[in-house]
Amino acid sequence: MTLLLSPNAWWVLLSMLVLGVASGMIGCLAYWKRQSLMSDALSHAALPGVVIAFAITGVKILPVLILGAAISALIGAFLVQWVVSSSRIKEDTAMGIVLSVFFGLGIMLLTIVNRTGGGNVSGLDGFIFGQAASMVRTDVYTMSALGLVVISIVWLGFKEWKLFLFDPAFAKGLGLSVRLMNSLYSGVLVLVIVIGIQAVGVILMSALLIIPAVSARYWTHSFKWMLIGAAVIGGGSGVIGTVISTMGKGWPTGPFIVVSSAAFFVVSLLFGAQKGLVIVRLQQRSRIKSEVSVPAEREKMVVKEGGY
Amino acid sequence: MQGLSVTGLSAAYRKSKVLDEVNFKLPKGSLTGIVGPNGAGKSTLLKVMLELHPKLGGTVHFAGKPLKTMRKKIGYVPQRGSVDWDFPTDALDVVMMGLYGNVGWMKSPKARHREQAMAALEQMGMADYARRQISQLSGGQQQRVFLARALVQDAELYFMDEPLAGVDAATEQAIMTTLRELKGRSKTVMVVHHDLQTVEDYFDHVLLLNRTVMNYGETADVFTKDNVYRTYGAGLRWRQEVPS
Ligand SMILES: Nc1ncnc2c1ncn2[C@@H]1O[C@H](COP(=O)(O)OP(=O)(O)O)[C@@H](O)[C@H]1O
Ligand SMILES: [Mg+2]
Repeated sequence: MTLLLSPNAWWVLLSMLVLGVASGMIGCLAYWKRQSLMSDALSHAALPGVVIAFAITGVKILPVLILGAAISALIGAFLVQWVVSSSRIKEDTAMGIVLSVFFGLGIMLLTIVNRTGGGNVSGLDGFIFGQAASMVRTDVYTMSALGLVVISIVWLGFKEWKLFLFDPAFAKGLGLSVRLMNSLYSGVLVLVIVIGIQAVGVILMSALLIIPAVSARYWTHSFKWMLIGAAVIGGGSGVIGTVISTMGKGWPTGPFIVVSSAAFFVVSLLFGAQKGLVIVRLQQRSRIKSEVSVPAEREKMVVKEGGY
Repeated sequence: MQGLSVTGLSAAYRKSKVLDEVNFKLPKGSLTGIVGPNGAGKSTLLKVMLELHPKLGGTVHFAGKPLKTMRKKIGYVPQRGSVDWDFPTDALDVVMMGLYGNVGWMKSPKARHREQAMAALEQMGMADYARRQISQLSGGQQQRVFLARALVQDAELYFMDEPLAGVDAATEQAIMTTLRELKGRSKTVMVVHHDLQTVEDYFDHVLLLNRTVMNYGETADVFTKDNVYRTYGAGLRWRQEVPS
């Protein structure tokens, strides 16, 4: 608990809150783009870039490592697209290949750098499982600033994101550039991944994107509230996971963040106000009792029986 | 008056050509059914005309003008199955999307936009369902929401992909009333249609399509047994089989 008392720890917590909020929101976009696996592939693909950036510059400054991570993740994304368009391999297989090859490459490079490099390298290991405690004040500033950029891009374009995710063809018909939205989406996805990997680690970063969004889905039927819910759950998981990981010396942050977001998920799955198992069970019971069905439901059945 | 003119329009997916030299002209105020077998390229034709899918070549003019200057005057109703109805939003919100061009990018809709959207829902008999989650609407109700979204666009030309597929009889009537009303207001309307038995009732013009235009023109002239056979190829039992 001593760490929590230091002012640095409070700054770390604040930046983890921003990161969690940003991840939760981007996770909602990824959820409705049906690209949850892509975020996993991208975060694994970031590792070689981190190591190479360090090997070239010899310094462990977050902006430099982030840049390396971003380039490497974008190359990964490009390779996925290239494999899909130039072969018969399906997207999920392509992502699986890129994910494992890049991660393997990253670990290999890390081993080499650790053998040959100076004493300053041990911190890089933190990029695998995450080490929020290793963040210094400038890391905190970088992470929070970029996280706020991500949050504002989602918030300012809220109605455009909704249209783009729900009906891209109609969006295009209205003159919204779907290509721009796709680039923006890839941009914010990569950004939130690369600012998060130091604290959460490349292996588990995607959990902070996926789990809050999926959990929020159980609480609401509105896209706005799904974004807000995922932001709250993501921010909460980031902070709780970090607090727990700072209780022991050298404890990794990523696993604790995942476990806390998983706790949010279980609560949502059971008690979520819209699709939670308990609510659904209660609704079934009351429907049987009252025997009054919603007109829309009834019509749905008629149309279904009429057959397509 | 010129409604729509298409010359030499071709399109492909990857390397396989699905539309080859499509040519036709339709007058303003016409209500046209696009008819043809599955995979004929009906949906693709709409997408290519609206540049939602790239064309290989050809030109399209809307009321004599290119798409760029007419975008705001065009309403599009995609196939109902092209979106995920589990998306967390309600009927009113979907209809409001039709107004996003007017609202302005990155701005929030105002009360008057909401009123316009409500009026369109009302016109489609959906006012009571405005706040209903879209996944809880029946197929017919979802289709009405899509129609309402196109109506708020207040367009000059409308392109609709199978708005009558899989809907209940009441919805079919509601949609046809709306289409006739649009025609009455001199809008040019093109509708992909799958039910050969209702073509003569519903449309004043027909476009028979199978990779290219087999025939087009006024329904009475064009919608003949021979032409339909030629478009569908063998295996069609005239007036019995209803291709979906
Ligand atoms: N996204 C796509 N990728 C590849 N081929 C497609 C795609 N969409 C349609 N096609 C093919 O193009 C042809 C025309 O399709 P479509 O325009 O949907 O026909 P229709 O609407 O008349 O049933 C079909 O052979 C179909 O398989
Ligand atoms: Mg079609």
